[in-house]
Amino acid sequence: MEKKTTVPFEGTQEQEMQLRQVIAEMKDEKGALMPIMQKAQDIYGYLPYEVQKIISDEMGVPMEKIYGVATFYSMFNLEPKGKYQISVCLGTACYVKGSGLIFDKLKELLGIDNGQCTPDGKFSLDACRCVGACGLAPVMMINGEVYGKVNVNDLELILAKYE
Amino acid sequence: MYRAHVLVCGGTGCNSGGSKEIIQKLKEELKQHDLQNEISVVETGCHGLCAQGPIMVVYPDAVSYAKVTVNDVAEIVEEHLLKGRVVDRLVYVEQTLDSKVTSLNDTAFYRKQKRVALRNCGVINPDSIDEYIGTDGYEALGKVLTEMTPDEVIQIILDSGLRGRGGAGFPTGLKWRFASGNRGNVQKYVCCNADEGDPGAFMDRSVLEGDPHVVLEAMAIAGYAIGANQGYIYVRAEYPIAVERLRNAIAQAREYGLLGKDIFGTGFDFDIDLRLGAGAFVCGEETALMTSIEGNRGEPRPRPPFPAVKGLFESPTILNNVETYANIPRIILNGAEWFASMGTEKSKGTKVFALGGKINNTGLVEIPMGTTLRTVIDEIGGGIPNGKKFKAAQTGGPSGGCIPAEHFDIPIDYDNLISIGSMMGSGGLIVMDEDNCMVDIAKFFLEFTVDESCGKCTPCRVGTKRMYEILDKITKGQGTMEDIDKLEELAYYIKENALCGLGQTAPNPVLSTLRYFKDEYIAHVKDKKCPAGVCKELLQFIIDPEKCKGCTKCARNCPTGAISGKVKEVHTIDPNKCIKCGACIDNCSFNAIYKK
Repeated sequence: MEKKTTVPFEGTQEQEMQLRQVIAEMKDEKGALMPIMQKAQDIYGYLPYEVQKIISDEMGVPMEKIYGVATFYSMFNLEPKGKYQISVCLGTACYVKGSGLIFDKLKELLGIDNGQCTPDGKFSLDACRCVGACGLAPVMMINGEVYGKVNVNDLELILAKYE
Repeated sequence: MYRAHVLVCGGTGCNSGGSKEIIQKLKEELKQHDLQNEISVVETGCHGLCAQGPIMVVYPDAVSYAKVTVNDVAEIVEEHLLKGRVVDRLVYVEQTLDSKVTSLNDTAFYRKQKRVALRNCGVINPDSIDEYIGTDGYEALGKVLTEMTPDEVIQIILDSGLRGRGGAGFPTGLKWRFASGNRGNVQKYVCCNADEGDPGAFMDRSVLEGDPHVVLEAMAIAGYAIGANQGYIYVRAEYPIAVERLRNAIAQAREYGLLGKDIFGTGFDFDIDLRLGAGAFVCGEETALMTSIEGNRGEPRPRPPFPAVKGLFESPTILNNVETYANIPRIILNGAEWFASMGTEKSKGTKVFALGGKINNTGLVEIPMGTTLRTVIDEIGGGIPNGKKFKAAQTGGPSGGCIPAEHFDIPIDYDNLISIGSMMGSGGLIVMDEDNCMVDIAKFFLEFTVDESCGKCTPCRVGTKRMYEILDKITKGQGTMEDIDKLEELAYYIKENALCGLGQTAPNPVLSTLRYFKDEYIAHVKDKKCPAGVCKELLQFIIDPEKCKGCTKCARNCPTGAISGKVKEVHTIDPNKCIKCGACIDNCSFNAIYKK
């Protein structure tokens, strides 16, 4: 059931020690699984397979239960978010102006799919709904900064700004 | 001893308006004028009038400043605090009156309110247990532990007529009595539902942010009444300020011996832990909430067994919502008769509402049960902006329904709202005017339920999705009259068969809009028109040839190239290319484009 992820897990010894300590402190409390998972996400920023495995081994809770809890609640992330979070508007106005092509080109340039993050942790890519800037269509955002009337050929230049 | 106190609202609304920076600046300015020992700065909880935030109140004269910014602070300190001259331009002026009202309590917004649950919100510093104790805090707990038997406590809550403020309105005393058997022999739990998830509702958040100790005190009282010594507060992680203040309050109460072992030397032990939600609306349902505290996916389970018999960790448990708890200490201190003297025959006390939508005074209000919608909207709420006409008020969030204008004078209480097809709910009250499309509103709430359905039972998982699809069809002008019948049939089927409260109430927004606004549904289906001008697919954008100057601005800004015309000639829109994004209307300098 290991999930395919584009970003290799790069947890440090220090993070692991922190996590093991949290688990040791809390695991005897009733209903400790969720608070421990929340702490783990604070430490790592997300809950990759490796982190879930540590929690599973230390607590003696099966992996499928941890995975079940992690996917039930919207605040748990299984994939990391990039340093620069790109979202492309796929609302109607942008779509007819070619935002679908922009989205595809970004996937190609970054080598990742919707909702994923590049292996160096730099960019993550998401499709979003209408951001209400239809007059500027097609629109994409990087960390909240809006780029309007984007042309497929501009993309490399835009990304280069964040290198 | 301070000669003046400056209260600055630190609730979530005012906080995002910059109250943290205001407090910081205020402290600096006071220090510069060497006033820091004469004037105290207090960060309080929510004052309620969020539309006018950030709010600042200066005591002893009780002058209220509204929409304060960091740049106003120096002037307030120099003029008001140093020279005693009120800064007129910042004083909150009520919109319904001509005269300037300098005390918040005299405004129509506050005059008709009765603050019981919100008693301390905006008055005390929520981070100080001493200020809570200074306003009779923990006195009720002391009285209960030293003077009353557990059964007497339950009796007084029963006699008060208090009903659950989370929405369903179950009598609180009865809930406590069901869980009270076999005291001392079995493990029991007291839980607090602070997982306030309805869109547009923030009553509980304000209580937690403004007066966290009242919840702790009430939970300890409940623990004594049913014989429990452990409590859990399940609070949304989306409320960081509330979580922080609760953590602080619990630590202070433990330090003062008001939580922990042997409280007041009576041998009664009680402690409270926090549990944070992780973004699942269904966890506001009681059985799902307990499943979540246990560390599982927050899926509800069938009742019976009820939580009073078999709840958290399979032990007898009571679960009340934040506002319910906020009433308990007052009832203990002032008596059941006092509480029962407020409200209507079957709904006692007060209710907090979060006013939102098309209303001038958005914010938090607490009114006696039985107040009419007219009073709430026209007087307290200051009416509807831009002279628009009232269409409906929505209560109860995704579980509730709409109250149309014909019921404007109905006294608000649990049973009246149910009888007109809505419900009290936890207290969100969204006002809608003539520009809101009721089919679109129903679709909005269904979309929310579809997203938040946990998927355990089929009626909710599949049924709400099918309802949403039908509504979507109707708003796109593809619906048939049979679709409306099917929608109604599905609604009743889901209500009867869903496992938990979320599913059973999910069809309510559809049923109540069908009941009062069926003509709007029919207009969408038969005439292919959206009377409120909301549903895009049914709109047509048209250029008025009388007004068009042929400036070409609309054509240049149209994302799909749907507008054609020569310079200085009337332009036209090709409806086949138009995607109704509204860019042309936004860009036209002559108001020549309209939609119908």
